[in-house]
Amino acid sequence: MINSQALFTGLKCLKGARSPAIPLSACFIALGALLKDAGFNIQQSAASSFFTYALPGQLVMAESLLLGASILNIFIAVWLVNFRLYPMTVSLFPLLDHKSQPKWKYYLSCHFLAVTSWLIAKDGYKEIDKKHRIDFWIGIGIGTWSTAILMTLIGFLGADLLNKDMLIGLAIVNPIYFFCMMIGAMKNLSVSISVILGTVLGPIIFLFSAEWSLLFAGLISGSIAFLIGENNGK
Amino acid sequence: MASSQIIILAIVATSAATYISRFMGVITSERVSTKSKIFKWFNCVAYSTLAALLGRMIIYPAGVLAESELIIRLIVFFLCIALFIISKKNLVIPTLISAILLSTLNSL
Repeated sequence: MINSQALFTGLKCLKGARSPAIPLSACFIALGALLKDAGFNIQQSAASSFFTYALPGQLVMAESLLLGASILNIFIAVWLVNFRLYPMTVSLFPLLDHKSQPKWKYYLSCHFLAVTSWLIAKDGYKEIDKKHRIDFWIGIGIGTWSTAILMTLIGFLGADLLNKDMLIGLAIVNPIYFFCMMIGAMKNLSVSISVILGTVLGPIIFLFSAEWSLLFAGLISGSIAFLIGENNGK
Repeated sequence: MASSQIIILAIVATSAATYISRFMGVITSERVSTKSKIFKWFNCVAYSTLAALLGRMIIYPAGVLAESELIIRLIVFFLCIALFIISKKNLVIPTLISAILLSTLNSL
């Protein structure tokens, strides 16, 4: 039902010089500590990473709760910040598609879609036989997702040992890791322009509309990059 | 401080809001071929949106990161990207250094 070799190849992404374990640990330890601060108990903290598993959304939730926002406001704010998962899924799942694979694998495993797992899958899918790519993806997903849940627990339990400067240090690790991965992915013109324009436009549009900035910055720079890539035949 | 019931509702709302985008993505994927133009467009939009999120996380961060100085974050950012390129795309070194460097510079 599941090709174990492909699954283990996916799981093994946690090892080696390109391992996501350190950045994942850093940001979810920081999140665990933050959730404790926001009044969550240990089960609620673990459940948040278990069921959501998307850091920016979880940060928005915690901050909104501290500000006393309504549940509807939280829903909308999280939807807007995590909407990036939609284009990310559409740019990954067709690569994993195979007729012989059951649909439930796709519906369930899309829960593993987060920036870390997406970047790893985009980096390595070519080396896996098309038929078993979804199992490779499930391996990556289980590895990164379980690391995130475990580290949320460790962060919650170790919150008192972490001072403010250490938490700030932990929080920078994730964006640095993502940027490095994206620079590694800049192998053709359209992706390179997407990354550079997005980085510049994201903060600029944020000044005009905090909530909609990601959506607009992504659509505008992505479309410009696509058109330039098309005109240059790349 | 929020009550336990509110926290549980917030977790449910956050998880649902997140899963919707993933699930819609899978549904759309069923009709998208990897060779189509629309697939290429989605790929560009995905990278751009991600880059926009990261640019925002460095310049206008949420959470504890907001308590560090912008100039320090930028120094750490450029140094670590340089390290990544010099170290032949090793990811462990720049990420470890980034945490140590930012904690140290921020506590000065």
